[in-house]
Amino acid sequence: MSEPLVQSAPRSAGLPASRRRTLTKGRWTWRNISRNWEMYLMVLLPVVWLIVFMYLPMYGNVIAFKRFVPARGILGSDWIGFDQFIRFFQSFKFREIMWNTFYLNAYDLVFGFPLPIVLALILHYAPWQRYRKTVQMVTYAPHFISTVVMVGIIMKLFSQRIGLLNVGLLQFGMQEVNFLGDAAWFPHVYVWTGIWQSMGWGAIIFLAALAAVDPELHESARVDGATIWRRMWHIDIPGILPVIIILLILRSGQILNIGFEKVFLMQNPLNIGASEVVDTYVYKVGLASRSPNFSYATAIGLFKNLLAFLLLLAVNRISKRLSETSLW
Amino acid sequence: MVRATDRTLPASTGATRIRHAREDRVFYLINGVLMTVLFIIVIYPLIYIVSSSFSDANEVLAGRVWLLPRKPSLEGYQAVFEFKQLWVGYGNTAFYTVFGTVYNLLMTMLVAYPLSRRDFVGRSLLMFLFAFTMFFQGGLIPTYLLIRSLGLLDTRAVMIIPWAIVVWNVIITRTYLEANVPNELYEAAWVDGASNTRMLWAIVVPVSGPIIAVITLFYAVMHWNQFFNALIYLRDEKLVPLQIVLREILVMNSSAAIDDLMADITEEELLQMTKREYLQALIQFALIVVATVPVLVAYPFVQKYFVRGVMIGAIKG
Repeated sequence: MSEPLVQSAPRSAGLPASRRRTLTKGRWTWRNISRNWEMYLMVLLPVVWLIVFMYLPMYGNVIAFKRFVPARGILGSDWIGFDQFIRFFQSFKFREIMWNTFYLNAYDLVFGFPLPIVLALILHYAPWQRYRKTVQMVTYAPHFISTVVMVGIIMKLFSQRIGLLNVGLLQFGMQEVNFLGDAAWFPHVYVWTGIWQSMGWGAIIFLAALAAVDPELHESARVDGATIWRRMWHIDIPGILPVIIILLILRSGQILNIGFEKVFLMQNPLNIGASEVVDTYVYKVGLASRSPNFSYATAIGLFKNLLAFLLLLAVNRISKRLSETSLW
Repeated sequence: MVRATDRTLPASTGATRIRHAREDRVFYLINGVLMTVLFIIVIYPLIYIVSSSFSDANEVLAGRVWLLPRKPSLEGYQAVFEFKQLWVGYGNTAFYTVFGTVYNLLMTMLVAYPLSRRDFVGRSLLMFLFAFTMFFQGGLIPTYLLIRSLGLLDTRAVMIIPWAIVVWNVIITRTYLEANVPNELYEAAWVDGASNTRMLWAIVVPVSGPIIAVITLFYAVMHWNQFFNALIYLRDEKLVPLQIVLREILVMNSSAAIDDLMADITEEELLQMTKREYLQALIQFALIVVATVPVLVAYPFVQKYFVRGVMIGAIKG
């Protein structure tokens, strides 16, 4: 503590150089706290918000371990330990719901993650600038369509008899397909419409990373006679790999956090076998049910959130080992 | 961004293009074909929706519209404009978007500015507390119970107050400020006797135009497209936003609007189709367009800001 704080100039910002040498860390801290009191006032409102709306609900998860009776409050309800969790694990729905949640995400990850990279490479190497800009703008646009409208569009395209795709199938003399009311089709429709909507937007970040790849590497490779294809493999891909890995870690941490809205809106009694995921089930058990079971629903949600969080930590750790790229 | 990419593409200048290996020419060909295919895949459904919305509903139902409008008609739009609940939804969404975004901006700046100051003691702790919520959340039921116990259910406030900050936007704002406001500027301002509040107004806000534009757009789109919170926290028909109304008509296909309109349809129009299908086709396509237009009209003008927002995030990542 008594060591003079000279090495980190930014931390002692605002100090005349002559005094900087004599300032100890403790005094530096105290001086900045007292001098910057207004900033603590500024963050006061956001911090209150953070505690109330983000951290209080985390505490609220204790009802997963209680038999929660709203009239008695969180503190007044009786502890029951892990009963709610065990009930969920033993429920006949457990395997189906966990599998659907995992499967939809994994499917989306396998195709939805690499395609924006492919699109970015295609755009990056497109020789016609104006055409390229048009394509970029059009492929970004679906990102801004709301989920409700998106599902409305999906219904217009995939519904039976009057949906565009089925009209086409019939005109070519083929059998029509019940894309929306068939559990076997649900994952495909869900994932590929999702890719349609997000591919362009997802490519932006990779385009930025590609633009940052050192042009001299390309120049010297070209002098050596490397084709574009080879330069792509040996220069571009390694160049954007750190960005790819970071995004992959983040995406893997989300592997159980399927977007509630789209699944919920696409759900119907015919495809429920493939479309019931943890979040929609929590909603049904906890809020939409005629006799809502808050504790049980909370336990299911908490189980999923914890699992997702552990997954993120694990993936981050593996990545740190293998590639020295990590979130923190 | 586009310009930056040009620099890495000396290959596309006239002189070097001639020297391209044959393989590269094949590459460009395949690349162009692939790009065109993707372009068509993305744009075709959009064209189909818009064309259908301007077509006679019977033509749509008969599957005769596939690219351009057939028997152009504005009936669908007329039906949409006569539909009251839609305009209630529109009005509510406008309300939530305007007030919500202002509140989001204020709260985000209030926390991003101190976090961008290196002499703000506690910044790493605060950043951690915010960032942690990106990876672990309280969950639906505890949040619902909290909001219920605060008495916010079925109020306009519930669509605004609890959603003050999106942590990602704090991160990109902080990153932008760190990169664009040099520390010396704060130092100089301090020497001149400026308070931290004054620095926020006199130094930070004036240079923050681009980042404020970016996060304003992110927040505004979030509010405009908000569906989930309304589904969970609002029951009152007078308060529900646009997306809830849209869900009833586009997804649930059962709507008072369609029942209302059914009374006005003449027998001739029903020669081939049931009333309901006819009206759905009539109203739904137009509705998709009407609901998306405000965002998409603004989109070409603000596109670069959105892209910039993603890229500021990328620097950090």
